[in-house]
Amino acid sequence: MLTDLWTVTVKGWKDLFLYRGGIISTLVVLAAFGVVQPALGGPEFTRGPFLPLLLIWLPLFLAATMTADSFAGERERHTLETLLASRLSDRAILLGKLAAVVSYGWGVALASLSLGLITASLAHGHGRPLLPPANTLAVIVTMSLLTSLLAAGAGTLVSLRSPTVRQAQQILSTSLVVLIFGGTLIGRALPAAWKLRFVTALSGPQLVRTELALGAALLAADVVLLAACLATFHRARLILD
Amino acid sequence: MPEPVIRTRGLTRDFPSVRAVDDLSVEVPAGTVFGFLGPNGSGKTTTIRMLLGLIEPTGGRATVFGFDTRRESDQIRCRSGALLEHPGLYDRLSAEENLEFYARVWRLEAAERERRIPELLAHFGLWERRRELPADWSRGMKQKLAVARALLHRPALLFLDEPTAGLDPVAAAALREELADLAAREGVTVFLTTHNLAEAEKLCGQVAVIRAGKLLAVGHPDELRASGAPRVEIAGRGFSQDVLASLRARPEVAGAEVANGRLVIELEGEASTAPLISLLVHAGVEIEDVRRGKATLEEVFLTLMEEEQCSPTSGP
Repeated sequence: MLTDLWTVTVKGWKDLFLYRGGIISTLVVLAAFGVVQPALGGPEFTRGPFLPLLLIWLPLFLAATMTADSFAGERERHTLETLLASRLSDRAILLGKLAAVVSYGWGVALASLSLGLITASLAHGHGRPLLPPANTLAVIVTMSLLTSLLAAGAGTLVSLRSPTVRQAQQILSTSLVVLIFGGTLIGRALPAAWKLRFVTALSGPQLVRTELALGAALLAADVVLLAACLATFHRARLILD
Repeated sequence: MPEPVIRTRGLTRDFPSVRAVDDLSVEVPAGTVFGFLGPNGSGKTTTIRMLLGLIEPTGGRATVFGFDTRRESDQIRCRSGALLEHPGLYDRLSAEENLEFYARVWRLEAAERERRIPELLAHFGLWERRRELPADWSRGMKQKLAVARALLHRPALLFLDEPTAGLDPVAAAALREELADLAAREGVTVFLTTHNLAEAEKLCGQVAVIRAGKLLAVGHPDELRASGAPRVEIAGRGFSQDVLASLRARPEVAGAEVANGRLVIELEGEASTAPLISLLVHAGVEIEDVRRGKATLEEVFLTLMEEEQCSPTSGP
């Protein structure tokens, strides 16, 4: 099982990086969030809330975009049926593809973080390394993995039932827009007392408790999505034509 | 008697608007090349998909190597190779990388991969182009690479959906030879669909004819040809309408027509041809050559299609 999973994952990485579009979009992300943003952000880049918020959201977009291609792309390019006719188990195919997308989203987030810290130190550190607090680093590393899993799970569910990549991407991008604007609208509509409570929860001694609660909620959502993927992935239902 | 490799009993598959496979019952003996013949949309690809467990039947059952296609399809796929409707090649990987990926999927050891991949690429004339992306290749070359991929792990059963489609005559003949050799020498069972009836006649030990999902006939190509009316083909001059009318009036003649300058007479049973030749000579026909034989598989196939179309139970 692990050998098969690895075979599918490596193939997924090749799919992501063996075409010009994949390499260019990855380089653009690394340049934007690993070089430009830290260079312009000043010393506050490593201390404020921007860095963790950015690197927790980033994998969500990256993984959601890439995961649309995983099954819908293979279906569109007529390679899915041959893969399904092989000896690979349902789980090896599903988990291998998920692993490729999750590791891509998470990997780019961690690479952006590393590059961003180097850039910020060189630009604003006056010869000293600029590092965020240890708990912020831990939050970034853990939460970016959980959001990668979230996007990969949701994206896979959509991709499994979409006949084309375009359709899968449309559903996923619409969902992300609804999530962002919906969150903003709800935030604005909240009573002032609730807003105050929310701000308090994101600062001071309550921050760690909030981060743990958020992490637990994301983990629960990931487990539910992974279970849904495993239950939905049945090769006898994947050939749509 | 050995167990057939493939056995279907009343296999049926419905889609929302059509019954793709209708009560199909066939048996495929081990080590044979089994031809599955039928026009477009007759249910051939759907049957292969059901046998590989890629879609589930809505009725009946099928076993492959004794494994049920519903419950044990993973066991079937472990023992099979498949070239399906599309070549299914990864356009972002080179020809060699495509084979490398599937060699890993089939768990070929590193030493075996290093030996088998060049061997197959060379065999199909693709060695010089192994580093190219198949996206830019012709249909025939893609098909060759896809066939090589299906043979990679030396499966005991090969499903081939139109394997010679897009191949040039030389490559198609080489592949036919390869398949016949695999069946004869290594006991591989080949289940292939084709529109090419001459190919099926040369290659297949058994053929099944299917139309609108229904099995119309099954047997050795010679048996099917024997089921057609015996015929006489006459080359010569002077095949007038009067001559044809005289022939058609005779009780031993089922039909007479001129095709490609030759007179083709279909006989009722094993009637003698001598009186017919005599009739033609007296009518002033100049005869150069007379050949008595059976219908070709293509003629049997077309007759079966026509009969099914005329049948009161067939659809619109």
